[in-house]
Amino acid sequence: MSMPAIRVEGLWKQYQVGGRERPPESFREAVTRAVAAPFRRLAGRAGASQRDRWFWALQDVTFTVELGEVVGIIGRNGAGKTTLLKVLSRITPPTRGRAEVRGRLGSLLEVGTGFHPELTGRENIYLNGAILGMKRAEIRCKFDEIVAFAEVERFLDTPVKRYSSGMAVRLAFSIAAHLDPEILLVDEVLAVGDARFQRKCLGKMDEVSREGRTVLFVSHNLAAISKLCGRGLVLGEGRLLVSGNTSEALRAYSKEVSGSHDLPSRNFFGPLTGKLQFRGVSINGLQGDDDVRLSPSEAVRIAVWGASTADLPSYRTTVSIYKDGQLVISRHDAAEPDPLPRGDFESEVVIPPYFLSPGEYWVEFGGYTTETGAWTWSRDQVRFHVIDEWSKEYDTLSNMGVVNLPDAGRRVHRG
Amino acid sequence: MRDTDVGGRETFFARSHVTVIEPTNGWRMLDVRELWAYRELLWALSLRDVKVRYKQTVLGAAWAVIQPVTAMVIFTIVFGKLAGIPSEGYPYPVFVFAGLLPWTFFANAIGTIGGSVVGSAHLITKVYFPRLIIPLTSIGSGLVDLAVSSGVLLVIMLYYRVPWTPNLAAAPLLLLGLIGTALGVGTLLSALTVAYRDFRYVIPFLVQMWLYATPVVYPASLIPERWRWVLYLNPMAGWIEGFRSAFLGKPFDLAGLVISAVVGGLLFLGGVAYFGKVERRFADII
Repeated sequence: MSMPAIRVEGLWKQYQVGGRERPPESFREAVTRAVAAPFRRLAGRAGASQRDRWFWALQDVTFTVELGEVVGIIGRNGAGKTTLLKVLSRITPPTRGRAEVRGRLGSLLEVGTGFHPELTGRENIYLNGAILGMKRAEIRCKFDEIVAFAEVERFLDTPVKRYSSGMAVRLAFSIAAHLDPEILLVDEVLAVGDARFQRKCLGKMDEVSREGRTVLFVSHNLAAISKLCGRGLVLGEGRLLVSGNTSEALRAYSKEVSGSHDLPSRNFFGPLTGKLQFRGVSINGLQGDDDVRLSPSEAVRIAVWGASTADLPSYRTTVSIYKDGQLVISRHDAAEPDPLPRGDFESEVVIPPYFLSPGEYWVEFGGYTTETGAWTWSRDQVRFHVIDEWSKEYDTLSNMGVVNLPDAGRRVHRG
Repeated sequence: MRDTDVGGRETFFARSHVTVIEPTNGWRMLDVRELWAYRELLWALSLRDVKVRYKQTVLGAAWAVIQPVTAMVIFTIVFGKLAGIPSEGYPYPVFVFAGLLPWTFFANAIGTIGGSVVGSAHLITKVYFPRLIIPLTSIGSGLVDLAVSSGVLLVIMLYYRVPWTPNLAAAPLLLLGLIGTALGVGTLLSALTVAYRDFRYVIPFLVQMWLYATPVVYPASLIPERWRWVLYLNPMAGWIEGFRSAFLGKPFDLAGLVISAVVGGLLFLGGVAYFGKVERRFADII
């Protein structure tokens, strides 16, 4: 009978926040504190304050991973994903509970751990490989493959400090990608390099997961998770919320991140701000939490709603989308300003699928009236990510430039 | 899927191997088997330190010669000539160099080992390996320097017509004791430095004090015979007098060596055991 590759039973991990007690500010304070300390302990107050400075990064996490399974771990920042990988890779011990790992385990919490800038590319391959747990013979045997994958053949004997950051990252990932353990733990390391290299990395991950390797994979790239993983674990505040098939997990995750969220009104300014207040914004139904991640194949529907305290004869709402501080596009809820009666309203603009290339976008919005020229506007209200498309079939949209268009041009043969 | 070789040296990493992850439970003894399984990492990191050491220096490896020779010259002038410290009939430069050789190794080793764990924070928080690899790595580059300066000493002895004797054969054994003591003190200091950075400032001071308590610039014979055993409670006294006997061909003080070996052995066990107790928490508190 086959035993699970990873068995985790009631795992808890506690961290201390903010370090020790605030250091005394003066010698006098140091002395009074030292004198008071035994009494405080007697009063039991020291114990109470001790508890406040601890937090649980993992709380009673239990699951098993079968041999050959590829499991995605998702959750918001601070949900405990990295802590879980760190405990499983024995970097940090659990506070309570137990885990069993069957077989040789390799963990990839970062690419390029231990790279030394003074050493050459060649030397760093051997060094980094050894740090990741590869045998020298193993590295020697894969050396050419690593170099070819990283595309650094010409710079092998150049110190890594002279590499561009892109080259260094490519080399680092390439070494990691040729790691060959039975169980692989991967933490968000695919978010490196340019879009083209990222696709190459995802392809390599795909290959690895098809080889029947057991993989635990933490990522914010939901498309990659849904493509690579057969099962998903959703973590939230250190607890395991969902363990199920990938689509179940992804659904639970988007529900998790769409918790209601009030629009901070302080961010609005302009002469119209008193008469017209925006109350909320949502992107594809998700209310402006900081983890809105959309696939390029989704249309981006940005809805904003609010209320006007007066009848405005000619008004329209404008939504602007910025990338890297650059205005990508502005859209309006009406072709020409038109009357807005007093009361609640909702405006929506739609960006078609595949129009925005992968990356982070900031949304600003507001409205204006044409008679008085009065306006209200907000800065950097919400952001969303367009994630990299996994699928190869859309390779024609190869993410060059600020915007994409879904269709290709045409070609005629005149030969 | 590849088949892992079960049996032989690879057993440690093989599929049949189950790693149990549990909360830390106090004192653990040194896991030599695991350390051996990670020997290639030790080698790679030591190689890195040796290679990086003299990159972008003009004189390069010559520094391994310049440092001890300069110290020898200064010590000869200050202690040999000005202070007139006796050297048991040997030329003072040879006498002091033979003591400086192990001392420099020891002083550098506890200095670098002491800061080594904190200096490797980026590795410790990202990858697992037996943490003892890090102090061991710091020994490596010191050994290269020691080998170079031993060569220099042998040449200087030729110059001063001090003959090479069969006593030299004891040097490897003495080196082992020296490394053990350096590791014991170094690991203790490095583990303490992780939790309390104050120890960074303690180490240079400690090294300086320790130098005076050790017969480096003076011979052990300067201490009255009745009290010499007190001197040898400092294990460095035993190793340095031992090295001096090995190189200069004077008889070994066996009683002294035994006292030093016992104290040194205890230091080694204590340091490594304390390191083993706290090493799993390094990633959390570093």
